[in-house]
Amino acid sequence: MAISKEDVRYIANLARIGLSESEIEHFQKQLEGIFEYIDQLKKLDVSAIMPAAHVLDIKNVTRPDIVKSSLDPKLVMDSAPAKQGQFFKVPKVIEG
Amino acid sequence: MEYEPVIGLEVHVQLNTATKAFCGCANVFGVRENTNICPVCLGLPGALPVLNALVLKSAVKVALAFNCSIRDYIKFDRKNYFYPDLPKNFQISQFDKPLSERGFLDIENNGIKKRVGITRVHMEEDAGKLIHSESEPFSYVDYNRAGTPLLEIVSEPELFSPEEAYAYLTDLKMILRYLDVSDCDMEKGSLRCDANISLKPKGEKKLGVKTELKNMNSFKAVKAGLSFEIRRQTECLEGGEKIVQETRLWDEKKEQTFSMRSKEEAHDYRYFPEPDLPPFSFAQKEIEEIRASLPELPQARLKRFMDSFGFLEKEASVLISDKDLADFFEACLKVLPLHKKIANWLIGPISAELNNRNVSICALGLTSERLVRLISLVENGTVSNLVAKDVLFQMLETSKDPDVIISEKNLSQVSDTDELKKMIEEVVAANKKSVDDYLAGKENALMYLVGQVMRLSQGKANPKMLRDLIAARLKQ
Repeated sequence: MAISKEDVRYIANLARIGLSESEIEHFQKQLEGIFEYIDQLKKLDVSAIMPAAHVLDIKNVTRPDIVKSSLDPKLVMDSAPAKQGQFFKVPKVIEG
Repeated sequence: MEYEPVIGLEVHVQLNTATKAFCGCANVFGVRENTNICPVCLGLPGALPVLNALVLKSAVKVALAFNCSIRDYIKFDRKNYFYPDLPKNFQISQFDKPLSERGFLDIENNGIKKRVGITRVHMEEDAGKLIHSESEPFSYVDYNRAGTPLLEIVSEPELFSPEEAYAYLTDLKMILRYLDVSDCDMEKGSLRCDANISLKPKGEKKLGVKTELKNMNSFKAVKAGLSFEIRRQTECLEGGEKIVQETRLWDEKKEQTFSMRSKEEAHDYRYFPEPDLPPFSFAQKEIEEIRASLPELPQARLKRFMDSFGFLEKEASVLISDKDLADFFEACLKVLPLHKKIANWLIGPISAELNNRNVSICALGLTSERLVRLISLVENGTVSNLVAKDVLFQMLETSKDPDVIISEKNLSQVSDTDELKKMIEEVVAANKKSVDDYLAGKENALMYLVGQVMRLSQGKANPKMLRDLIAARLKQ
């Protein structure tokens, strides 16, 4: 499966990563390698193997509905790159 | 050409658990911004989500109440997108192996019963809240809501009018309230609804291009938004235009929908299994235990009220429409076994008052003990029905016992024969014509005279005694 430069730009945009032209070529090659490997895997007979969404053999892990103390907002806000009062401050985003 | 609308609804409901979905932060509304946050709901590196057991249980309850089947293998997935209200840059949701699927909800619209398919009920988490500055190029983020447990309830596209959509939402909310899993308060955003709507030529099988409506803050707004969208799409189609698949926002003030004009970017959420949460599954026995723990649901209660009390469907519907009201009715009934009288009070003046004030019976300031006492006072002749209604309103205003109000305002019914006779003489003397009319055979004149005495007594005369006494006096 061939990965085009357009594919790389699209994926980079979805991941909010800015890439230069040379980086695009660089990752194009790397991604192609990954996809070739996946194509190899596709050839395997997995009809006898159950699909797995999770690598560990555990299930039904829950916790009781009991309140635990949250972080001290002051400490959290001190680590925020930008704040306004006790709000995180970000460049204006309008729905959409 | 005549067009038919096809509507599907997507409801998000916040669960009223004590803690968030995947961390122990308090799940509360209306506290100071960013006070209930921790590494998990802030998406800090290395933090591990663990599912709240009560979220899972409540979700199963809801799924069962909507007649869904619970999947044997349940998993969570990451829905990836970037937005400042989403601290992890993904939402934990469910994609291809959701909690439950293929249910239904029986609704009634204009006396017509109908079964509406429920595609799925799944668990996910809410995002944070954004406040946009009007004057500055900034938005402010509050993550208290981030990680709040949500259920998404998706209907099949089987609703064919805004009215049906309204009935579906009303019945869905009623069931959720009965299950006591959410306060379902649309103003607080604990219940939200998006609607998909398309038009197709009447009789056509194939669905048309749909638009998705958002930003409707009440069921009435959903109805109004859908009605507007039907008009808009009809005009488009009749003008030879094509419907554009898009998201449109309802503007409550302008009573119109507007295109969100989002950037031309396909939604590509790149769902993949959430590696931090293991899968879930239930033994059939566990599901049956939860099913057995479900409270009596509205339809069952409606039937019981009709069967055991002989109520008309119309009457029983009002009583069961709000769980608190139905509970109140049954609480009254335990003390005073006069189901018809109690129902009349609740369906009549009390429901009217609830609507006026837009509150639930719990917030009205009326206890079942006080209502029962008031009804008893009518039954034993202390006050007339008419005066009792007045006493009820004063009870709501002052939170006083009915006995106190009646004695303070001297509202006791006048059942003293001599006192009534005195008033009758006064009225008879002043209304010679009516007396003559009555004697000439006009029965109506009697009611007029009764009314006059009632007025003189300021509504306090015992109506039955009064009628008998006047009739006797006139026949003299």
